[in-house]
Amino acid sequence: MDLLDIARWQFGITTVYHFLMVPLTIGLSILVAGMQTAWYRTGDRRYLKMTKFWGKLMLINFAMGVVTGIVQEFQFGMSWSAYSRFVGDVFGAPLAMEGIVAFFVESTFLGLWIFGWDRLSKGVHLACAWAFSLATVASAYFILAANSWMQHPVGIVFTDGRPRLDSIWAVLGNNTVLAAFPHTVFGCFAVAGAFLVGISAWQIWKHHRDTVGKNPDLAGRTDEQNEDRKVWHGSLRLGAWVGVIAFAGLAISGDLQAKLMFEQQPMKMASAEALCHTEQPAGFSIFAVGDVGRSNCEDVKSLTVPYLLSYLANGDIHSEVKGVQQLIGEYQAAYGSHYPDDPRLGPYAGKPIDYVPNLPVTYWGFRFMIGFGAVAAAGAVVVLWLTRKGRYPKWRWWTPLAVLSIATPYLGNSFGWIFTEMGRQPFVVAPNPNPSGVDGVFMYTATAVSSGVTPGEMLTSLIGLTSIYGVLAVIEVFLIVRYVRGGIAGVLPPEPPEGKKESDEALSFAY
Amino acid sequence: MDLPTFWFCVIALLWLGYLFLEGFDFGVGMLLPFLGREEAERRVMINTIGPVWDGNEVWLIVAAGATFAAFPGWYASLLSTAYLPFLVLLLALIGRGVAFEYRGKVDSDRWRRGWDTVIVLASWISPLVVGLVLSANVFGLPLDANGDRVGSLLGIFSLPSVVGALAVCGFALVHGAFFVTLKTEGELRVRARKFALRLGVPLLLPVTALVLIAQFTQGTAWTWVPLVLAVLAAVAGFLRLRGWRDGQAFALQGVALAAVVVGLFGTLWPNVLPSNLDPAWSLSVAGTASSPYTLTVITWVAAFGTPAVLVYQGWTYWVFRKRIGTKHIPKVHAPS
Repeated sequence: MDLLDIARWQFGITTVYHFLMVPLTIGLSILVAGMQTAWYRTGDRRYLKMTKFWGKLMLINFAMGVVTGIVQEFQFGMSWSAYSRFVGDVFGAPLAMEGIVAFFVESTFLGLWIFGWDRLSKGVHLACAWAFSLATVASAYFILAANSWMQHPVGIVFTDGRPRLDSIWAVLGNNTVLAAFPHTVFGCFAVAGAFLVGISAWQIWKHHRDTVGKNPDLAGRTDEQNEDRKVWHGSLRLGAWVGVIAFAGLAISGDLQAKLMFEQQPMKMASAEALCHTEQPAGFSIFAVGDVGRSNCEDVKSLTVPYLLSYLANGDIHSEVKGVQQLIGEYQAAYGSHYPDDPRLGPYAGKPIDYVPNLPVTYWGFRFMIGFGAVAAAGAVVVLWLTRKGRYPKWRWWTPLAVLSIATPYLGNSFGWIFTEMGRQPFVVAPNPNPSGVDGVFMYTATAVSSGVTPGEMLTSLIGLTSIYGVLAVIEVFLIVRYVRGGIAGVLPPEPPEGKKESDEALSFAY
Repeated sequence: MDLPTFWFCVIALLWLGYLFLEGFDFGVGMLLPFLGREEAERRVMINTIGPVWDGNEVWLIVAAGATFAAFPGWYASLLSTAYLPFLVLLLALIGRGVAFEYRGKVDSDRWRRGWDTVIVLASWISPLVVGLVLSANVFGLPLDANGDRVGSLLGIFSLPSVVGALAVCGFALVHGAFFVTLKTEGELRVRARKFALRLGVPLLLPVTALVLIAQFTQGTAWTWVPLVLAVLAAVAGFLRLRGWRDGQAFALQGVALAAVVVGLFGTLWPNVLPSNLDPAWSLSVAGTASSPYTLTVITWVAAFGTPAVLVYQGWTYWVFRKRIGTKHIPKVHAPS
């Protein structure tokens, strides 16, 4: 592997890993803020239990999201210094905004929330929950604006071979980010929803099986037990509703995003479909057999739904959709057929440019993204039906299935990112062949990598980061499992007897 | 002052904020095994920074982000040139952050001891690396005309950069001891104060050496001013600590740090990152600055954002202003 390959693997691994934490953090912190609001408004202890339990899991996950996020920010300068120099004028601005506007709020108010349970008034404490959870959403917006600029460069003038920021509003209001942001946030809620469903299902099975299919208010059980049963049932239903709504949002925003992508990065979408030749009308491929091999779309035989791709691309079932072969010609004509003969490009200097992204990755990445999303949504609908009016299914296989389903939106998210980032190759900043953005601004991934770094250093960091990420994954899962098993009793100490509370307690919830 | 110079000052200010704030939380971590004799005391120490360390760390993230936005060439060259030191810093910060958060999540001595080790190691390693790269930045790196490193990683190790690593480490220890004195009560407070008074002066020697090297190699007349101020403030700080005025002592320590940072960045200007191969290849404030429009945009963001940050971070310190001692720490509550 050369420097570029190592740097790309590192970026891919660290990004996908970071994005295992982020969606749960975003989705769950909003839901927890909502639960706390319900507690604040009704004073019902059930909501306090929900807030404490899900809040604790959110915190375990939050820590990992924060520490892996620092790697993301430093990586641009460390591994992709040529990229950072080229785009800094534009790309740095949303990143700096993310820091000043979002990260400070997130970390400060999270600290206040964790330690402030008894030190702050209930209202102020609740406001802290909303402050940090909304800041996570704001932070997603800024980083997606930066990413969307790489997919669709706007708001710039091109002078002296470099893009110069011309309008920050164009960058923040890029139609690509306006579609990507809701899509990503709904993806976060899909994760949080499935998390609530899977864990609540396990809790009910473990502790409240005897109430299955019956009115939860059973004689012979303590009030506490009955209340807990309602907490889990409520969380389960909440998770399922969130999952269903998230999927609806994902479908709408995804369709919007796909239409933009057909216009902005036709090669990515042609590859996602393994559409070899231009077709009119074009069918949507459901499943492909044969060789979806690198750069060779000719051997693909796929099962298609006629007219659907034309409709998805242009909203018109008879429209033309360009295929990979024709697009190769167009890209070569517009952006050249060979890399510049510059020694800093290493093995890529003077070599022909392959404009087709890795076909199996883009083709299957796209399908798995949609497929896992759809499975998660179908699961959520089934859960809503089966748990209506306090009911709960009795089947043996039901609980393991519910727990397993937590993975589906995670997989959907990961495949979505792999698809959208790999589908942009060989560009790191993709050009706009149908100039709705600024034409002619692009950067090849091969020219973006740091030229002063040795492959040995890069490999060291790849191994170092991957190993520590592996260890931390084990620890995080261990902790989450432990807290899930501990249930509500594990996060909420029993109420102290009246009047015994120490008045000069400086911290209520210490490390 | 033109916008690039203004942003050079902003970045110096962000580093100052970072060194001041995370300086003491590094120090608390470094001193954990020395001052915290028993578990309860270690918990007190960790809880003095519990609500704030995460917010402190954001100063580093914003310093890096602001450098990316205002001086992309500086950001790119520094981070890629010091690739492995930054990797070590990242690994340390990852371990440290997770350790604070996870330490109390399982009620077991083995579990806590394991995370304490991570906290202590990471709290020692991080200021060493920060000191190394910051002072290497001030004194120059082997950069070619493109801003890329020439030669191996060893180029970052020089006498001043090693002194810089020790300087930030020594400062963090003293600053941390001042902070523990300020934030705790009882025996722990007495012990921290004694540590600062006994070892404070020798621990600050590398800082003195660092600023003197900077002054004699690349200083100008005015950079003598912060240097003298730093010494006066540091001395006054120790005197106040001796008189049990921990708050004033801590503040004076901050003034000394501010003077040192101003002095060091003052000797760096008008460069942002000197090349020690050829002065013509040095990255300058004017040469690496983003376009005026970008700088204007982030100036507006900073103009509205920074005061807000100072207000709510200040408020956090106010909310948790109470000194804590072992009797304030609640029982561990974790699922068994």
